[in-house]
Amino acid sequence: MIAAQKPFEVTPKLDESGTPIGELLEISMGPHHPSTHGVFRMDVTLDGETVVKLKPVFGYLHRNHEKIGENISYLATMPYTDRLDYFCSMTNNWAYALTIEKLAGLAVPERAEYIRVIMAELTRLQNHTSLIGFFVQDMGALGTPMMYAFREREKILDLFEEISGARMMCNYMRFGGVRVDTSDAWLAQTKKVVGDYGKFLDEFEVFLNENEILLARTQGVAPLSKEQAINASITGPLLRAAGVNYDLRKVDKYGIYSRFEFKVPLGETGDLYDRYMVRVLEMRESIKILNQALAGIPAGPVMDPKAKLRGFRPKAGEVYGRIESPKGELGFYIISDGGPSPYRYRIRPPSYINLTTLEDMCLGRKVADVIVILGSVDIVLGEVDR
Amino acid sequence: METLEQIKSRLEAALPSAKIEILANECAAGERSLLVDAASGLAAAKFLRDDAQLKLDYCSNVTGVDWPDKEISEKIKVKQVVDGVEKEVEEVKKTLRPGYLEVVFHLYSMTLKHGPVVLRMRTENRADQTHLPSLTPLWRGAELQEREIYDLYGVIFDGHPDLRRILMWDGFEGYPMRKDYVAPEDYEYEPTPHDEVLEAAKKCYPAEPKVEVKP
Amino acid sequence: MLGEQIIKGMAVTAKNFFGSYVSKDRLTTVQYPEERLTPKENTRQFPFLVFDGDDAEKGLRCVACQICEKECPPQCIYIVKSKDKKPDYKGQMQVFPVTFDIDISVCMSCSICVEVCPFESIKMNNEFELSTDDRFKGLLLTKKELAKPNSYYQQIHPQDAKDSDAVIAAEIVKAEAKAKAAAEAKAKADAEAKAKAATAAAAAPVGTPPANPPTPPPAAK
Repeated sequence: MIAAQKPFEVTPKLDESGTPIGELLEISMGPHHPSTHGVFRMDVTLDGETVVKLKPVFGYLHRNHEKIGENISYLATMPYTDRLDYFCSMTNNWAYALTIEKLAGLAVPERAEYIRVIMAELTRLQNHTSLIGFFVQDMGALGTPMMYAFREREKILDLFEEISGARMMCNYMRFGGVRVDTSDAWLAQTKKVVGDYGKFLDEFEVFLNENEILLARTQGVAPLSKEQAINASITGPLLRAAGVNYDLRKVDKYGIYSRFEFKVPLGETGDLYDRYMVRVLEMRESIKILNQALAGIPAGPVMDPKAKLRGFRPKAGEVYGRIESPKGELGFYIISDGGPSPYRYRIRPPSYINLTTLEDMCLGRKVADVIVILGSVDIVLGEVDR
Repeated sequence: METLEQIKSRLEAALPSAKIEILANECAAGERSLLVDAASGLAAAKFLRDDAQLKLDYCSNVTGVDWPDKEISEKIKVKQVVDGVEKEVEEVKKTLRPGYLEVVFHLYSMTLKHGPVVLRMRTENRADQTHLPSLTPLWRGAELQEREIYDLYGVIFDGHPDLRRILMWDGFEGYPMRKDYVAPEDYEYEPTPHDEVLEAAKKCYPAEPKVEVKP
Repeated sequence: MLGEQIIKGMAVTAKNFFGSYVSKDRLTTVQYPEERLTPKENTRQFPFLVFDGDDAEKGLRCVACQICEKECPPQCIYIVKSKDKKPDYKGQMQVFPVTFDIDISVCMSCSICVEVCPFESIKMNNEFELSTDDRFKGLLLTKKELAKPNSYYQQIHPQDAKDSDAVIAAEIVKAEAKAKAAAEAKAKADAEAKAKAATAAAAAPVGTPPANPPTPPPAAK
């Protein structure tokens, strides 16, 4: 076995006579940190304020969800998937349900498909809103834009609580449909929330889009080229900010996304400002999709009445199912051996893989930029460490 | 995208020494996979990435799977002499299929928007010959995922730029995701009501002192 | 001019700040614990057991089938069956749980136990102010603490309780219909047996050894 290496042997700069100039400072932007979006540690080596080396350290929230998934039944894993990317529990549930439906060949009724799209787009809205709030807070706007973002996010979380019982850990999707049907009152309230969201976004954009401090700190910082992004398996808004047109809602056309008209916003250079603007524009597109879905939702059942909850045993085989979660491509790879629990249960986490190029983006920049760059990658530790 | 058989024949034409197999997949909508031997894994992956018709430039998912030793029993007919008469008797023959660790790659193409092509590589056994070529020089996105497979399964990737433990702490012994891994008992247990958990918790806490009840 | 957009941003902040003195929806903070939000109807916190009537022991709907124990993802339910039986809401004799413990430090409020229960006996409560200073025993809720009357359930989840009561009423009607049909069939079988015995006694005179009884005529349906 390869022994654990002692990392970060970095040689300091030498002048002509061979004596080291100054000293390199190794700091650990450690797991307890107000701005690292969770228990995430980066071992940073600094020359003054410039980053010379950066190694991320993972594993502070590792709960070995994949092994738990191998020991409990398929239905019982559903509440655990809520806790992967704890901001976006509805899309996690949908990715898992989609994978199992692909494995077992289950059909989903149409009303359930519309409800799933509505929940996913609401999730995207509240995720991008709170992310922009965090992003601006990392830059120093201590809390005010974040509080406005959270005020709007609470309206969406209230909707989730009314329909599924919990604000964040919804446990709402089932194999072959959703758990409970939406009432007309809920749909009316959703229409109102979505209608008001456009006004809030206008106010928010006036607040932030051309703010000189934001422009100075984000334009030209940490650009990512198309080839770098594709080769490093980056997905989600980061990839689209770099200019690559790859959105799984348009490529795979899972669910009923082919019925809705929406555009995919693309950036040019992949720097932080492009990532911020791609997210803002994606929120506008989500509002468009929501309006179309709420207008066109049909009546009908939301779950096959003969589907059984307990004792679900799909046939042996393997499948890889993926969806476009707000953070990127969330995939589930499941090998089934015909028993009540999967043989291998693997989650492809977007936040984890998007961190591959963190070091490259931060080299040569200042310490203050490291925080903002990490904020723009949009990680959630529940997903990174599982 | 072309079928798996066509891809296999072109791969075999390009790399004559490779041993490639197509594995079936019985479930409803699953994809079949290409099994490549470890020696020609890197060359096969490079062909898949650079080929003009495939252009599989996006490595979406790298998974490790543990297949322990399995005893396969099959019924075979054997000629035996029973009571002086030669008859055909059914016997159960047990063969041991040796265990191995497996790594599965899901490859897609972002330029041509097709996929997936599933690539698999297997190690020789689970004990000492657990080396596989690393595909990180081709797809940088496999770097962190291969580190995780090394950490949790014990597959050593030759050619990986920085292979060390990622999710478990440095100095951890063992490979947690293997099927025969037993978690040690010396973690802090909270005695929840179930029997085995209570028994395990009793071992970890000091014995309750006997209280002398004075009459 | 430089800083123009910052000033526009500050105008938005000022509108929100001074607006919170004037309009209610700019002042969104709820001063907990002096003010509380009313919980939504579907809110789920931790499970509780339902009993009908006044007696928590006699009216408990749970029949210790242990389905919730098996399906619970973090395995936080612990049930010990009783040796004797008691009648349930349909009148049939069923086993009941002697011990029913839920460890709420482990429970993750997923409500799968509620979904799989076939007897409408475990439902989700909406109390969440359950903090205590005893980490193990204080967070282990026993059957006595978990059992709550049906009137409490109707108070916290009116719509769900109405649906649950409808299901139970339907089950009772079905069980009564089945019992009535069984009683009618039994009465008919008794009458036939009596008629058979009567014809046998009339055909064979007293004192002779019993002959093969004549086959009774087929019962007219």
